Amino acid sequence: MKKIVLMIVASVLVFGCNNDDNNPQPTPNATVEFTFTHNWDGDVIENSDFDLLQYFNANGEQMSISKLVYLISDVTFTNLSTAVSYDAGDYNLINVREGTNLTFTPDIEIPEGEYLVTFTFGFDDEDNQDGIYPDLNSADGGWNVPMALGGGYHYMRLEGKFVDNTSAQANYAYHTIRANDNTTTPITLQDTSFEVSLGQVTVGSSTSVEVKMNVAEWFRSPNQWDLNQLNTVLMPNFDAQIMMYENGSTFNGSTGVFSKGTVTQ
Amino acid sequence: MKRSLAYIALCCLLVVSCTTDQDDNTDGYTATPLELNIPPLFAEKILPPVIPEDNPQSVEGVTLGRKLFFDKKLSADNTLACAGCHSPASAFSDPRQFSVGIDGTAGTRNSMPLFNLAWNYNELFFWDGRAASIENQALFPVIDPIEMHNTWPEAVNTLQADPEYPALFEAAFGTQNIDSTLVTKAIAQFVRTLISGNSKFDRYLAGTEQLTQSELNGLNVFLDENRGDCFHCHGNPNNPLWTDNIFHNNGLDETHIDRGRGAVTGDPREFGTFKTPSLRNLAYTAPYMHDGRFNTIDEVIDHYSEGLVYSETIDPLMKKVDEGGVGLTPEDKADLKAFLLTLSDPSFISNPDFQDPN
Repeated sequence: MKKIVLMIVASVLVFGCNNDDNNPQPTPNATVEFTFTHNWDGDVIENSDFDLLQYFNANGEQMSISKLVYLISDVTFTNLSTAVSYDAGDYNLINVREGTNLTFTPDIEIPEGEYLVTFTFGFDDEDNQDGIYPDLNSADGGWNVPMALGGGYHYMRLEGKFVDNTSAQANYAYHTIRANDNTTTPITLQDTSFEVSLGQVTVGSSTSVEVKMNVAEWFRSPNQWDLNQLNTVLMPNFDAQIMMYENGSTFNGSTGVFSKGTVTQ
Repeated sequence: MKRSLAYIALCCLLVVSCTTDQDDNTDGYTATPLELNIPPLFAEKILPPVIPEDNPQSVEGVTLGRKLFFDKKLSADNTLACAGCHSPASAFSDPRQFSVGIDGTAGTRNSMPLFNLAWNYNELFFWDGRAASIENQALFPVIDPIEMHNTWPEAVNTLQADPEYPALFEAAFGTQNIDSTLVTKAIAQFVRTLISGNSKFDRYLAGTEQLTQSELNGLNVFLDENRGDCFHCHGNPNNPLWTDNIFHNNGLDETHIDRGRGAVTGDPREFGTFKTPSLRNLAYTAPYMHDGRFNTIDEVIDHYSEGLVYSETIDPLMKKVDEGGVGLTPEDKADLKAFLLTLSDPSFISNPDFQDPN
């Protein structure tokens, strides 16, 4: 009872403070939730779909997905009226098979309104600093990239099996990182993260945006991917990393792997 | 503004007063808190250790847990302690391929080493991940018919009748009423103190010791996708655990007599997968693999280089399976082994705090 009385007193005091402040500010008060969904040319990818040789890529190879983990960062909201940009500067590591971090709310509040929404696939060079994120160092045995390949972090680990041109099953590890050529001195590095635009979004008091990844696009265009040629040891392959960047992004008018899905208020 | 701050301060004061009143009315027992001795590299590079809210580390809890760990009284015939299969000299593993229980029956898997378990973030323990916490893990061996072959009521009765244990439990948990939950809590507290973070490679990263050219080349082999590519499962210099604590089929067999993780989950996609062990302390943890089939590090490296065998659940990270592996050169093999041995930590196995107190 004593506690209740004290709480009432405290509440009165707090409301008293608020009443003193008669100049309500249009402070940012909306957060936006993102939900990440995954499909293969429209067929939803769920846990039960992993490890099944049920997909055919653009090159005609039958393939499975065993692992799909990827990083997005720098979700940015640009107000279409004021041109002010808001970026929490945080990131999200999505593990599709394990179903972790499929929803993500950037740690920033923004005013309600109309926005252009973008995010970065992976880390851009500013963020891609070696070993500085303990949660990523701890994730998946270490989300890091060896220093010999330029350091920093993976963008994506997409792994599975495919039926090769001898009809045998073989492994692939489609890992995207910053393109690197360590045959040069110093090492040649090229930022192959890319910005994804989700277009215009109306942000209200409770907005949720679906971000869709069509995994088939990683293998389609502009570079039709031949898993018989490019299956593993892709991290130190500069040209392969550029091709991954081109296929994942909307490079040269290609579709890209990401698109905006349903927006709910 | 000043008035607002004053009001906030007053509110805080009131709330604190309420909280203090509440605390004064509780009769909860608190033992002496004990911080884990976290190596600087761990503190800098990875997330904090997992310590359950309902089992905080304490001086008395760790003391009790250590005594229990080395005490044969937990077994049905008082002949086998936890340490009987998890010896400090073997980095708390067992040099035998399979440990032998009190009835002379051997197990089917090699005893896992015990260190740095507080950083197992997914909290799945054993080779197959069937235990969901260290506390939960400690429940199994006591009642396993091929290990201690006891029952928990019997084990508890033995401890309860002991002249020393009731007082030790009271010191640790505020009660002399012993039960399996408190026994496993104490053992888990001790196990969490088993931290290994002072290997030659740790000192290399700290800038206090140099690696040989062979060891440095071995590190390059380890981190090279074209050669060892060990890092995707066993981590890298930014992760001092040297394991991902995830379950993989690393190409040991065409068929799986032991289904590993799959036997626990029932998921055929996980048949033949086992937890990645840490590469720390390999100098002390032979034999290797879940079934202890390899007696030497050389045999392990040969397996990944030439001995991979295809099966449906083989991990995609296994390369050139149709050729048996990546085919390391003899020099790369020797260098890789040299690097791996830099991850061993003599100060861990000789730490006086980890030896038998009984």
